[in-house]
Amino acid sequence: MSVSAAARPRRRRSIRRGWIGWLFVAPFGIVFLVFLVAPLAYAFYLSLFSKGLATGTVFSGAGNYVKAFTDPEFLSGLWFVLRFAVVLIPLQMAVSLAAALVLDSLTTRLSRFSRLAIFVPYAIPAVIGTLMWGFLYSPVFGPLTGIFGAINQSAPDILSADNIFGGLLNVVVWQWAGYYMIIIYAALQGIDPSIYEAARIDGATPRQIAFRVKIPMISSAMVLILVFALIGTLQFFTEPQVLKPIANGAITASFTPNIYAYNLAFQFSQFNYASTISFALGIVVFIAVYIFLFSTRKRRGGFSS
Amino acid sequence: MAPRMSHLLAATSAGVLLLGLAACTPDVGGGAGSTDSAGGDAGSCSNEIVNPDAPQVSVWAWYPNINTVVDMFNKTHDDVQVCWSNAGQGGDEYAKFSTAIAAGTGAPDVIMLEAEVLPGFIIQDALVDLSEHGADDVKANFSEGAWKDVSSGSSVYAIPVDGGPMAMIYRSDIFEKYGIAIPTTWDEYAAAAQKLKDAGGPFMGDFGSNVPAWFTALMTQNGQTAWDYDSASPQSIGIDLNDDGSKQVATYWQELVSKGLVDTQDQFTTDYVAGLANGSYATYVSAAWAPGYLTGAGGAATGDGAEWQVAPLPQWDASNPVSVNWGGSTFAVTTQASDKDLAATVAKELYASPEELQDGIDTQTIFPLNQQVLASQAFADAPIEFFNGQKANGEVYIPAENEYPGYTYSPFTTYYYSELTKAMVTMIDGSKTGEQALDDLQGTMTDYAKAQGFTVE
Repeated sequence: MSVSAAARPRRRRSIRRGWIGWLFVAPFGIVFLVFLVAPLAYAFYLSLFSKGLATGTVFSGAGNYVKAFTDPEFLSGLWFVLRFAVVLIPLQMAVSLAAALVLDSLTTRLSRFSRLAIFVPYAIPAVIGTLMWGFLYSPVFGPLTGIFGAINQSAPDILSADNIFGGLLNVVVWQWAGYYMIIIYAALQGIDPSIYEAARIDGATPRQIAFRVKIPMISSAMVLILVFALIGTLQFFTEPQVLKPIANGAITASFTPNIYAYNLAFQFSQFNYASTISFALGIVVFIAVYIFLFSTRKRRGGFSS
Repeated sequence: MAPRMSHLLAATSAGVLLLGLAACTPDVGGGAGSTDSAGGDAGSCSNEIVNPDAPQVSVWAWYPNINTVVDMFNKTHDDVQVCWSNAGQGGDEYAKFSTAIAAGTGAPDVIMLEAEVLPGFIIQDALVDLSEHGADDVKANFSEGAWKDVSSGSSVYAIPVDGGPMAMIYRSDIFEKYGIAIPTTWDEYAAAAQKLKDAGGPFMGDFGSNVPAWFTALMTQNGQTAWDYDSASPQSIGIDLNDDGSKQVATYWQELVSKGLVDTQDQFTTDYVAGLANGSYATYVSAAWAPGYLTGAGGAATGDGAEWQVAPLPQWDASNPVSVNWGGSTFAVTTQASDKDLAATVAKELYASPEELQDGIDTQTIFPLNQQVLASQAFADAPIEFFNGQKANGEVYIPAENEYPGYTYSPFTTYYYSELTKAMVTMIDGSKTGEQALDDLQGTMTDYAKAQGFTVE
């Protein structure tokens, strides 16, 4: 009896508190529903129909998805971003991790300047950064022709179909390595210095401290940025889209899945199929991230406990 | 490439798009003639409304001097006022228009479109048949070819403004230095290219994969009739991209490329324009708007000692010359216009008065298609500064425009251009012969048309 008497007012209070909670969540909730959930739902709805230029709109159910996953244009774009991710992510990780470890062990004024210098590319808008690289790659305006000319070699055309992969790789690493470096650096700063002291007393060399102490302790930050990089790479859009006009046909209308979806919708007037491509890409991203998180789960669990 | 950033970018661009659409939303009330809303909505126009009591018609256009033209129009019209905004150039504007069509709202009353994209919008029921709104009143102002470009059967879907009759722009200083005579046939063009190369000279020209419209025009010159299409029966189309004439053109350019006689640089790039300025190219096979582009948007293509002249386009059969066109723009009325008659009036009269056209000529913004201009002695005799005083209009461009027979476009021009660009890339890198590339293109386009629900004849 006394238990229920005590419980009742508490429950009423918790209901009221829940109501107030919703009120606080409402601004976010409304924006979330109107600008994320509703467009997604509408895009999914669109993706279930098909419309040719010369035909009316008909319900096709999963038909568009079957078409998407057998569409050589979509699959070749997907293949490109997957290859790109496989090369880019380890490279980017190595660069940003190395920079962060070096900066973490330096305490001079130089380190603050270097930190800023490495981070600056991230502060430059992607479009402008890519345009800048476009000029650097240019055989007419860029320095490559001059540099290779000095040793009597002809400069490689980075904007050709064979070399565009490397050209884009360079732009993306340049742009994002500083950002990832800052995340890793912040994680490193969060480690208790007494751990390093203990390691040194145990006779660990700086190299051992870096590889055996620091890296394992920031593994959750590493997983986080790997997921960022993976999702971002699969959604690759801005850099190839900006370089497209100067790439002499090396960047096609279906270069990456996102570019394909954009062109389908806004160049070829196929909104339904474009929605399907977007959702199909979403499915691929979801699967890729799930596989990745699943495969790193055990290691992460071990360190966080 | 963190996902957050991508989302942010996507959200921002969507926001910009929405803002753009909002800013460009036609003044429906104003268009219908209600005077009270006109003043209030004037803020959404990029221009000043001179007569706030007159009904307004919203216009999207990107001519560099359109602001001046709209002001001229508004000052001379009491019955209608143009509310102009710039929704982007070419593809950017079409993307917004496509979105507005899909949404069923947000399109302007009158829109500037290139002739090549008209059928693609007609098939989406986005454009008004102007033959029902007095288009024939101005038919006499245009050449038969120019009128055919905007017509489909007996219907008329836009009013032409400017065109791009093609010609061969060349560097007379380079021609002189290497003793090159002006080529009148493509055989002579190739021979001149070889001569230039043997003498250690620059490239004769350029075969850029990003100008499929240019390549289409050159194939059309040799008898290609790519599309058999009439908007009156929009579900059927004939496709013929790999006829012998087209294959001859493709093989010809591939040979020039493989022998290193022409460059393969994308056009309209800073690299290409710099190349034109610094003498990397002896000729620029292009349209009548090219001088304006090269002196204006293209920047300093009039480099040190560059002496430009223009000659008629080389021919396949000199005894039977064929004129072709590259580019050109029109005004069309959208089906979302609230007062279609009033919108049609604007489409017919905007950029059509002598003063407005003269501003376009003076600023080298357009090559006008209006016969009153083309037939005027002043236009024909005007010395063109870019061509060192050559009377280019009278000597080359006006005859080319008057002989232009017109063209039938397909309803999927952007897709075709995208595929043709791919074919041109394979021709340049040598992975396919010109003939193979066109045969494959024929197959690709036939499959695409079928997938889009067309009956392919």
